[in-house]
Amino acid sequence: MTEDGIRCDGRRVDQLRNISIKVGVLKNADGSAYIEFGKNKILAGVFGPRDVHPKHMANQDTGILRCRYHMSPFSVTERKNPAPSRREIEISKVLKEALEPALILKDFPRTVIDVFVEVLQADGGSRCAALDAAAVALADAGIPMRDLVSACAAGKVADRIVLDVNNEEDQEGQADMPVAIMPSIGKVTLMQLDGILTPEEYKTCLQTAIGGCRTVYEIQRKALVEKYFESGAQ
Amino acid sequence: MGSTILDQLRRDKITDLLKQGKRLDGRALDEQRPLTIETGVIPKANGSARVKLGNTEVITGVKVQPDKPFPDLGDKGILICTAEILPLADPNVEPGPPTEDVIELARVVDRGIRETEMIDLHQLVLLENKSVVGIFIDSSVIDSAGNLFDACSYASVAAVLSSTIPKYEIKDEAPVLVEGVTSKPPIKTLPVSVTMARIGDNIVVDPSREEEECMDARITITTNSEGNICALQKGGNDGFSVDQLIKCSEMALSVGTKIRKRFEQLM
Repeated sequence: MTEDGIRCDGRRVDQLRNISIKVGVLKNADGSAYIEFGKNKILAGVFGPRDVHPKHMANQDTGILRCRYHMSPFSVTERKNPAPSRREIEISKVLKEALEPALILKDFPRTVIDVFVEVLQADGGSRCAALDAAAVALADAGIPMRDLVSACAAGKVADRIVLDVNNEEDQEGQADMPVAIMPSIGKVTLMQLDGILTPEEYKTCLQTAIGGCRTVYEIQRKALVEKYFESGAQ
Repeated sequence: MGSTILDQLRRDKITDLLKQGKRLDGRALDEQRPLTIETGVIPKANGSARVKLGNTEVITGVKVQPDKPFPDLGDKGILICTAEILPLADPNVEPGPPTEDVIELARVVDRGIRETEMIDLHQLVLLENKSVVGIFIDSSVIDSAGNLFDACSYASVAAVLSSTIPKYEIKDEAPVLVEGVTSKPPIKTLPVSVTMARIGDNIVVDPSREEEECMDARITITTNSEGNICALQKGGNDGFSVDQLIKCSEMALSVGTKIRKRFEQLM
């Protein structure tokens, strides 16, 4: 990073990478979205609410949410084994727990909502980008939601708190904190941290990430408006 | 989650009591269950510990052996933490491949020890890019009664602190054990993991199994000896407000100080 705070990819410390979201990109899914978040390229598809298979997973009192985060073998520099890694299983779990607070699953007992996320190309912050796409895909599926879920990471690189850590910064950086919020309600539904932060830096980092989430929220809303309410919409 | 009438009544009681700032087992909101740490319980391991946190009980063994470094980390030794909930620990656990809960448990314990840089892995290199010392920290939950994250983390830290590192020499580019020479592990800082549950508007430290059954969300925060926050994981099906997250970080630091004194006694 240069002294006036210009980062290795030319961004300022408080600047997000370029984000574009396209809604309704898959024909068979009930809802879908495609996001480009920097060099991340991620597809999200949503099915349901639908019958649960296997049946014993069904809950009489509430619907359930399942989430699968998967990286394509060609998504990273070294080929990734297509079998789900422990990292992908953990991310699937935290994504599910980040989306669940936004859904009203009690309204759909005995059913499942499946969220499938495929990372076609990964570039640091893929779990946040995946979550941004998944939330839009859920909205596209017409599933009742309390709020969208918007995610973005902040971190510490070269002793400075920066927004939206990219892959190089993650490798060399001192801390990475992915955060997701429900922006209208102000509730944090995903949060992780690796790296060392003082209590003051912790607060700054959290606020920085939330600021990024709010910018992402506007982009998510715009993508949905573009599909449904602008010229050419069905 | 239990669904008998007694289970439902217990959940109601826990939430009712919390409205008055009380817990079912009489603890203060920021009070952990009694912690006992016993080290050297498995002499065949290079280090070991048996930890009881309330009724939760974990045995952790450390094995130290030469290994090849990770391709992109040729100047560092290897550190791997695993965790397992044994079928004898819990009526709901069956033998078989690890569930996502168990994978998360192991990865959160690993992250706490790795990200605080508890062990100076640079000191575990035998021959750069070719041969390093690996430290394998394996935890087995033998009785499950809530907050497995902290119990596994404390047992892992205690087992490392009690461990001895055998000496290896490089001969013809291969590591050879030097009999009878051992050293203490290169410890830089003491990580302490503190897990909290949000039940309604209350945050409770070290949730029991009964409290976990009625919690809205969970958070595990690991701090180091210097008072920094080094690893964090939110879990559970709901979220936290920003104020709650800041309060949790303060609680993790203050509760962590007491536990760290216990670790210091082991050094």
